[in-house]
Amino acid sequence: MMAASKKMLDQEPSEIELLLPFHAAGTLNARDARRVDEALASDAELAKQYAVIQEEYAETIHLNESLGAPSARAMTKLFAAIDAEPVRKASVSVNLSARVSEFFASLSPRTLAWSATAGAVALVLQAGLIGAVLVKNQNGTFQTASLSLNESSGPITRDLGSSIAAPPRALVRFAPDARIADITALLNTYQASIVDGVKDGMFRLQFGNKAMNKDEAASLVNRLASEKIVSLAVATP
Amino acid sequence: MQVLYGRHHVRVFRFGLRLVRDEQVAEDLISEVFLDVWRQAGKFEGRSAVTTWLLAITRFKALSALRRRKDVGLDDETANAIEDTSDDPEVVAQKKDTSEALRKCMTALSSEHREIVDLVYYHEKSVEEVAEIVGIPENTVKTRLFYARKKLAELLKAAGIERGWP
Repeated sequence: MMAASKKMLDQEPSEIELLLPFHAAGTLNARDARRVDEALASDAELAKQYAVIQEEYAETIHLNESLGAPSARAMTKLFAAIDAEPVRKASVSVNLSARVSEFFASLSPRTLAWSATAGAVALVLQAGLIGAVLVKNQNGTFQTASLSLNESSGPITRDLGSSIAAPPRALVRFAPDARIADITALLNTYQASIVDGVKDGMFRLQFGNKAMNKDEAASLVNRLASEKIVSLAVATP
Repeated sequence: MQVLYGRHHVRVFRFGLRLVRDEQVAEDLISEVFLDVWRQAGKFEGRSAVTTWLLAITRFKALSALRRRKDVGLDDETANAIEDTSDDPEVVAQKKDTSEALRKCMTALSSEHREIVDLVYYHEKSVEEVAEIVGIPENTVKTRLFYARKKLAELLKAAGIERGWP
């Protein structure tokens, strides 16, 4: 068998010899690692060279580890430079999850903590609103929907013109025995959000973010009204 | 960014320091490298390891920094003259400390050889990754490392240390 190592250094090194340092560092693929192992087992000269390489490997690590670490100045300088950077706009082509990740990644831990707290407070408020209507409904008194048409809780922008279509909304009263979990599930099913609090035992819900034509909106409200946990649903501006 | 920085800044610093041989410059390099990463995060496609990407940027920045420095030449002769401030390899060999002599001789290698030795042994980069970082063909990576090791052996031999190879 031809020796994998070259006795004469003026000769070109063999392919296996060239792979030895990578084998020592453990960065060869399985096939090459096996080839090197086989060659090492059958070639004493190559094994001797490999021992030298392992020594070089250990000393290179020792040398680099002795270089220490940078001072805090580098980090201070970096984050000052980042703070001075203009705010980046997210690309439209970037998918939603990437944008969400980027947004959260851009927040400092303190900002993130405050955002999480604000989010938690919002959740508690929404749960409170739902809870309030349940408690109110459980009083056992029956109330008819008394819509106040002069109510103007909508955003001012809606007055800019009727041509600007808004997502459909409805006033909804939930059944007295409706559970919070059922209401939450219904909101999810209809992609609805509570846009206004309890008034006369009713919630103002908005469905999705897209406008619907009259028929679609009416159909949606009818469907909603037929839900078990909904005692009343009427379309509203 | 803080997590990325915390995880990789020492590695980047050490690689940069071995290239530029100046702690202040190496620290400046870190800021530049991670600022670039922050700016170009969207361009990172995950085809290579994050460390490979970081080391490639570090190398580019280090070479640019060296080019900017008027007082330090890029040629190996100048670099070798600067680093030889303490014992030369012969003196170290007299101390019968092979390990120390080996490290000293590693420092005396050319920047091209130092870089490839560090990337393979310390940063544990594969042939393909070194090729990507340095921007050379994979076969060149292997042969360059071989000749770096051969040069190391010559320096050690000159210092009176025989290791049995070559």
